[in-house]
Amino acid sequence: MSEPDNKRSDGFFARMMRAKPTKPGEIYGVPGQGESMWISAVSALVLIGAWSLVTGMGWVKPLFIPSPLLVLKTFYTTARDGFAGDTLLMHTWASFLRVFGAFALACAVGIPLGLAMGMSRIARGIFDPPIEFYRPIPPLAYLPLMIIWFGIGELSKVLLIFLSIFAPLALGTRSGVRSAAIEQIHAAYSMGATRWQVLLQVILPAAMPEILTSMRIGIGFGWTTLVAAEMVAATRGLGYMVLTASQFLQTATVIMGIIIIAAIAYAFDMLMRFIERKTVPWKGRM
Amino acid sequence: MAQLEVNHANVVFPAGLYTPEVKALSDVNLSISDGEFVVALGASGCGKSTLLNLLAGFLAPSSGEIKLNARPVTGPGADRSVVFQRHALMPWLNVVDNVAFGLKLQGIAKAKRLEISQKYLRLLGLEGFERRPVYELSGGMQQRVGIARALTSDPEILLMDEPLGALDALSREKAQELILGIWQETGKMVFFITHSVEEALFMGSRLIVMSPRPGRITHTFDLDFSRQYFEKRDARAVKASPEFIKMREQILAIIFGDELALGGDHV
Repeated sequence: MSEPDNKRSDGFFARMMRAKPTKPGEIYGVPGQGESMWISAVSALVLIGAWSLVTGMGWVKPLFIPSPLLVLKTFYTTARDGFAGDTLLMHTWASFLRVFGAFALACAVGIPLGLAMGMSRIARGIFDPPIEFYRPIPPLAYLPLMIIWFGIGELSKVLLIFLSIFAPLALGTRSGVRSAAIEQIHAAYSMGATRWQVLLQVILPAAMPEILTSMRIGIGFGWTTLVAAEMVAATRGLGYMVLTASQFLQTATVIMGIIIIAAIAYAFDMLMRFIERKTVPWKGRM
Repeated sequence: MAQLEVNHANVVFPAGLYTPEVKALSDVNLSISDGEFVVALGASGCGKSTLLNLLAGFLAPSSGEIKLNARPVTGPGADRSVVFQRHALMPWLNVVDNVAFGLKLQGIAKAKRLEISQKYLRLLGLEGFERRPVYELSGGMQQRVGIARALTSDPEILLMDEPLGALDALSREKAQELILGIWQETGKMVFFITHSVEEALFMGSRLIVMSPRPGRITHTFDLDFSRQYFEKRDARAVKASPEFIKMREQILAIIFGDELALGGDHV
């Protein structure tokens, strides 16, 4: 950069580098403080506006990017007439059941297993290698195996999604076990707690913030894996709808399906955040 | 008559890959009887927390024995409650549930739990705060919740590991008087660790001064400043008396001597 006394040094980078003045009502130096909702709203509107503009002016063919209006229209006609013989609701419901069925299963297995891995070196020793081995593999890579082993029915689909949720959930829970301070654990023991009581009444509640976070991360992986799970021998489901539509170049249906998946995932994340505020209001405060 | 005894206790932490063997406690003998308030004081690394962990049962001696009422201590138990410096309350429970936590562990019914806790909430001046979340309380109040919780399980002895270390000076002095009051009212044995010479002298009925490398008890003093406080009810006057100041300087000299022997300013 140029010399400090130079007037022209007031460029973008110079301003980025310079210390900011203190503002009333703000703690100096907290990174990224302040409300961002309005900026987000404007950002979303600009994106939709750009989308409308590009398609409205005919700069891109509808085959590549259909207009927002066309997507809405497709949503309406699909909701009315269905897609590939099933109503939109049935597609949505089929995917919903697969993802949340797998999610429930992953919670039922992953959370206790994560606790066990955090609590016992034997459980950790046994389960660490298989989980760490399969965790980084993309689900698409072992999808063929799942089909060979478990057939082309619901089982292999749900299992595939289950596996993608299970690893982050179990590992998140395992590291959550460390959240309980040794003083809290010692306090419980010195009041006569059994090992089991310490697990259920100290370690589990202390791990709740991290468990809830890993549930949010896990369900994200679940939705990501949905389309892969519905690639083979599905006759129903949002992922199936998107894939089939893409083969017939029905781009509007593809985008509509993507938006529905995003909307459900977003709504569920909002629900999880709400649950987080209600169940662990003490998160980060003690 | 309740009695806690430590006979020839040694604690050795074995050498690690990169760390030498540490003799944390060397031939410690200590006996605490009913109604005694024993304060442990010493430079960092003198083993006072190790000694508390031994008494609590969080740590087993490498040799020697610890006995409560002639029964050997083999692990933590409800007859020896611990008050920690901090981080020991359960933030997912409100004040009264924290205080009643030990009773819940023992399977006592909810109504009975609340009834018993009420007594200790009153003793610690926590009435009216029963339903408050503990993370909204000040440090001094959190510590009072911790003390109430330790008392609720009706232990033989209270083990206090620098319970006032994180408090500001004013809350600290108030808390000292509060703890003395509770000690007088309940008559429990207390083992109390502190870094503050003044606090040690003011509160203890007996003071043990510990020295590092290896951690051991080097001096024992019988004190009666807390008795003077109970007579006069004026903590400032006790702490300002010539006798108190003389004693304070004597103890400080011992502890500074230890620090110097360790190389001085590295603590």
